[in-house]
Amino acid sequence: MAKKESSFKNMVIALFVISAVASTTLGFVYEFTKEPIAQARLSKKLNAIKMVVPPFDNDPNADMYTLPVDGGEALEAYPAKMGEELVGVAIRTYTMNGFSGLVRLMVGLSPSGDITGISVLEHKETPGLGTHMSDEWFIAQFISKNPGKNNIAVKKDGGEVDAITAATISSRAFTDAVQRAYNAYKNSADAESGATVIKQDTTQLSKGGNYE
Amino acid sequence: MSNITTFTKGLLKENPVFVLLLGMCPTLGVTTTAFNGLGMGLATTFVLVMSNLVISLIKGGIPDKVRIPSFVVVIASFVTVVELAMQAYLPSLFESLGLFIPLIVVNCLVLGRAEAFASKNKALSSVVDGLGMGIGFSLALTILGAARELLGSGLMFGLKIFDNSFGMLVFVLAPGAFFVLGYLILIVNRINK
Repeated sequence: MAKKESSFKNMVIALFVISAVASTTLGFVYEFTKEPIAQARLSKKLNAIKMVVPPFDNDPNADMYTLPVDGGEALEAYPAKMGEELVGVAIRTYTMNGFSGLVRLMVGLSPSGDITGISVLEHKETPGLGTHMSDEWFIAQFISKNPGKNNIAVKKDGGEVDAITAATISSRAFTDAVQRAYNAYKNSADAESGATVIKQDTTQLSKGGNYE
Repeated sequence: MSNITTFTKGLLKENPVFVLLLGMCPTLGVTTTAFNGLGMGLATTFVLVMSNLVISLIKGGIPDKVRIPSFVVVIASFVTVVELAMQAYLPSLFESLGLFIPLIVVNCLVLGRAEAFASKNKALSSVVDGLGMGIGFSLALTILGAARELLGSGLMFGLKIFDNSFGMLVFVLAPGAFFVLGYLILIVNRINK
């Protein structure tokens, strides 16, 4: 086939045909992968919920409700029930204070507010430093503590948590996200019983940097 | 040039990473572990082979002045296919490669092969060229990732080789990528001489 001449008509036709074929193909691929992608996301979320709350037999995803946060994105709360009894709530929380911004956690709270488990969902921390926030020993420090009674700040800030070596900022961000989950949960629980708010935190979720 | 030499030149003599020094951004960025390097290499190989094939088939219908935008549209389409498929079937790998997958579009290796080879050669040899270059790229990224993973955290493909305390953190961080790449280029140049 001889090369097409670079006339205006030829260029328009060539680009039009290529773009049309490309976008049709992509449309089909998108339709085809839509279901598996949603499935993969859902199973990841359910796994995280299972890790942080006691065994349950309901569908937390169907019972999801949101907890409002002052000046930020509302948190998603997934109640875990055994029969009719509430055994815990998994709260999808975040902080923007990570070394590279956004850190997302799934925090499990018992109905009274004790931490039952934490799982790291998403972060961009430095490999080998901040990534240790997923380590068992670090997360174990939080288990069965109650952020209302215990001070879950890092030791440098007068709290009870050993920070990760050389990753104090990531450790602080982690505690900030946990505290946020607890505050949001407590606020909504108190709103029902009419008590006052304990502690506010000020971090906000900006629009950028969230690839989801 | 026969198809065999077209294929083998990508492995060592014209290795895209060690000799041509193309596609440095993902090379240095994702190779913190051997598995990441391999995943990135295979994703790029798929894009290279498919875009080389399509471009060599449609090259006759594309006027010269709009060839680059046309190539980029073809490449971007295949990258999107890889991105969607990886999200659907390999979500954990997609998470660790993250932003680097969409960035395959601007990997100069892919556009470089389209422009330098596929737009001048027949379909079969273009596919072979893409395959050779892609495998060379994957090999380079896997070796680089394995070296950094081993030196940085004492692991290999996630398996424990040395004790935790062995790890030298610098190899996991950005400077380590340059150190390891430098020495690997030295070795490959030595072999090629």
